[in-house]
Amino acid sequence: MIGLLGIKLDMTQIFNDQGLAIPITVIKVGECFITQIKKHNIDGYNSVQIGYYDNFNKCKKINNSIKGHLKKANIFDKNIKIFREFKLDSNNIDNLELGEKIPLSLFQIGDKLNVIAYSIGKGFAGYQKRHNFSRGPMSHGSKNHRLPGSIGAGTTPGRVYPGKKMAGHLGNHKTTIKNLEIVLIDIEKNIIGVKGSIPGKSGNLISIYK
Amino acid sequence: MNSQIRNIESAYIKDNIPSIQIGDLIKIGVFIKEGNKERIQYSEGIVISKHNAGINTTITMRRTLQGIGVERIYLIHSPKITSIKILKHFKIRRAKIFYIRNAKKLKEKI
Repeated sequence: MIGLLGIKLDMTQIFNDQGLAIPITVIKVGECFITQIKKHNIDGYNSVQIGYYDNFNKCKKINNSIKGHLKKANIFDKNIKIFREFKLDSNNIDNLELGEKIPLSLFQIGDKLNVIAYSIGKGFAGYQKRHNFSRGPMSHGSKNHRLPGSIGAGTTPGRVYPGKKMAGHLGNHKTTIKNLEIVLIDIEKNIIGVKGSIPGKSGNLISIYK
Repeated sequence: MNSQIRNIESAYIKDNIPSIQIGDLIKIGVFIKEGNKERIQYSEGIVISKHNAGINTTITMRRTLQGIGVERIYLIHSPKITSIKILKHFKIRRAKIFYIRNAKKLKEKI
């Protein structure tokens, strides 16, 4: 399904018809243009490439190769630098046009939305934070506080198995959250509000699709 | 806070709420729906704390029912809260008056 790109603004809450408070995440959707349509007979798969244009965070310069790419899609006056692809069925691909702006009216209140974003980076994290290991005793002469313990058997197999849980980088993964309910849409201001939280910090680029 | 977020919230924020202070004796009406019946439940109590957070502003109201202290937190911008009336103000020197849970003098006053 075709989607849109936007920026996570912040979380807040609104009240529904029954007077219940609903936590929402507000997304500022940018102007999204179709910059390339990939077809099965040429590219090997069906998809549509979306270019993201933010009116407030303008990109001043783009290089000539991107300029040429945009020229093919009949976009001349907008500096678009961010592109994302959405895979499509062959049935949906025929009625799309290059350079077309995707409207926010694609979505309606009550629809379920999927969100792709990068989660908050946590840096190099230890065993307890990254894999929920239990820690050693803090007192009684123990020197094992946050150590890994054994990481496997000895001579047989003589190696550490792949995928062994160890310390390392945590967060900043591409994360998808599915079936978030749309509770707020403002087409004039290009704002969409979904129930619940979405990955990443405020100001992060996110893609939404049905 | 982002101005766009504030715009969204402003549609839900009530502007007819009286300025509630700590130590106010208030009467609050809460809309209740039981099956098909709809009614407004009134209750009286003293405001012992206030959490100022825009649309998420809450107050904690304490009252004594049959010798047992009852505290309840109200989301004052919620449409379920139909009315808030300030009956009396007690002279208070603190921002949160949790000490009245154990204070005898103020309890008697109330």
